[in-house]
Parts: sequence; structure tokens; C-alpha cells
Amino acid sequence: MPMAAEEIEALIKAGIPDATVEITDLAGDGDHYAARVVSESFRGQTRVKQQQRVYEALGGRMGGVLHALQLKTALPE
Amino acid sequence: MSDDTQARIASAVNAADVLLFMKGTPLFPQCGFSSRAIAILDRLGVEYATIDVLQDAAIRAGIKEFSDWPTIPQLYVKGEFVGGSDIMMEMYETGELGELMTEKGVAQG
Repeated sequence: MPMAAEEIEALIKAGIPDATVEITDLAGDGDHYAARVVSESFRGQTRVKQQQRVYEALGGRMGGVLHALQLKTALPE
Repeated sequence: MSDDTQARIASAVNAADVLLFMKGTPLFPQCGFSSRAIAILDRLGVEYATIDVLQDAAIRAGIKEFSDWPTIPQLYVKGEFVGGSDIMMEMYETGELGELMTEKGVAQG
């Protein structure tokens, strides 16, 4: 089931307040997204842990309604 | 998750140096993310085992809890959870995935 890009962004920001979130609609169908999440709070955490924090923010939607989300996490430059 | 499923996953993870939980098989991946994960492992030239979660509903559900990771594919190297396909791609591009295999003593072609 599709999910709006704004909704994904809002959920991530609610969970990781200092995050900068860029969402790209890959297929133009509201169902295949790429998300780039940049947060200072990721510093010192492994990539797995960083992505787990984004998944936590998405509250169980990942793997369910959100199958096709390519996720990239990074520290601010 | 049942203890039985947990034990099956743990023993599978410990039995293979490189293990990918995926949808489908290496020849016929059933999802783009699994296909990408296989392509990365093939490029690295490592030997790997796979488990097709589509063939086993208990493992399909159980692996998400086991790894605390909501999506498939999932890569394990020497019993350690490395991540999903996005992490694999990022680590492959930076050379970290090859380094990790070397560190863990996994031969690469």
C-alpha cells in the first residue's frame, strides 16, 4: 500500500528530531522511495544501528507497508 | 518467535561463513533488493550460503526479530549481522565489505 513521502519524512523527523530527510520517489508511483537521513546523532554508531533508528522511527511500517525504501544514513558534513 | 525457530536461525547463522537470508534463490531472486545483494556477493567472489525465506514462513518472520531488522535480505558474516542491501551496497562501494571479509578470514575470488 502506498505511503506519502511527506508522511515518511514526518515520521523520521519525529523519531530523530535533528535529522535532515530527503525523500526521492524512485518510480513516481508513491511506492518506491529512496530516503537519505542525515543526523549528528548518528555519530559513533554503526550503519546497522543508524538504520535501525530510522526503522524504529517508522514504527513497524518498514517491511510492511513500506517494502521499497532504499535507505542511506549519513553524518552532517 | 518460538525457541525452535530461534535455534534454527542461530544454527544456520553459525554453520555458514557467509549467509544471506533472501527472497528467492541466487539464480532466481524474487525481489530487487535480494538480487542486488547476490550481485554484490558475486562481485566479491566469496562463497556464500542462502536461505530462501519465501520457502519458510517461520524463518521469514523469525529472522526479523532475530536481527532486529525489518526487511530482507539480511547478510551474516561469521555469525555477525552486517546489514541489509543498502548497507551492503554502501560498504561494497567504499571497499569496507571486502575488508570485512578479509578481516573475518573469508576468501575472496
